[in-house]
Amino acid sequence: MIPTLLQLALLFGGLSLLAFGGGTSVLPDMQRVTVSTYHWLTGAQFLDFFAISRAAPGPGSLIVVLIGQKAAGVVGALVAFLAMFGPSSTLLYVAALIWHHAANTAWRALLERALAPVAIGLTLASGLALIRGTEHGWAQYAVTAAATLAFAFTDLHPLALLAGGAVLMLVAGH
Amino acid sequence: MNRRPTLLSLFTAFASIGIMSFGGGLAAWIRREIVQRREWLDDQQFLSGYALSQLVPGATNVNLTVFIGAQLRGVPGAIAAFVGLTALPVAIVFGLGLLYLHRSGLPGGGAVGGVLAGMGAAAIGLNLGTGIRLGRLHIRRLIPFAVAAVIAVAIGVLGFPLLHVLAVMLPVSLALTWLDQRT
Repeated sequence: MIPTLLQLALLFGGLSLLAFGGGTSVLPDMQRVTVSTYHWLTGAQFLDFFAISRAAPGPGSLIVVLIGQKAAGVVGALVAFLAMFGPSSTLLYVAALIWHHAANTAWRALLERALAPVAIGLTLASGLALIRGTEHGWAQYAVTAAATLAFAFTDLHPLALLAGGAVLMLVAGH
Repeated sequence: MNRRPTLLSLFTAFASIGIMSFGGGLAAWIRREIVQRREWLDDQQFLSGYALSQLVPGATNVNLTVFIGAQLRGVPGAIAAFVGLTALPVAIVFGLGLLYLHRSGLPGGGAVGGVLAGMGAAAIGLNLGTGIRLGRLHIRRLIPFAVAAVIAVAIGVLGFPLLHVLAVMLPVSLALTWLDQRT
């Protein structure tokens, strides 16, 4: 129990400080370590948790609550939650103090421009890694492709796309 | 313009944002509530905070929440806003987790697998679609395109660890952007 809590704290505390471009960027690492290294859950369960956290209200990174819960119950969920948001929030607070003094400086503009493509690459990588980490059948590929195009090029609400995916999958399964 | 909300009103403002933000799109909700409705910040302050929230690692919307809370009421404000945003969603996600882990005894438990598989496949599409959307908005030149593509392939296809890829690509992107600016 205690070792598991320590592993949860170290894993999510580390990922918290690596999540450039938002919580999705650490999903590939999260999937690799929680599924393959620690065996807290299967690849299919990881994708289920990802779906639940995307459909529920609040930040998408709340997937860590589900992983902590599966690994070590209520305490695990709490440890995972605090580890995922504590370090990055503290860093943000300190950075905000500097940020105000850096308005209109050259290095701030450079930082903003250089980090944008990194964040975009990480976002795309998270989608690709999730496909790789689960058994994606033809029906899933079709749903993923349709949702990708719909979300990139229309203003459909994310919840409508999640619901559409669920309906398509139920129809395809019967 | 009331620029110093109470801790309680910060908490309730972000609690309502947290519960309304089904399926993502949190930043839009935060802007509507904090800038347009309550006028605690103006648009320029909001956008500056949003840029910083994307720059600093961590969930962008949680960072933005901490930024706004700190801006308005210091550390206690940051905590009030953070707890407001996350308390109810965490409880809901935890409850859904309990249902998921004990679903075998529930009626209709068999259909859950199909529903979640479909939602998961669509949710992957949301991530990819977000990447495409942001790319169309922010990537105009060859160098940032190449940086984004290398990262997407290295982690998403080849499975390299995030830390290794960032250790190489963060300095590379900074150097290339700096050189690109000078020409």
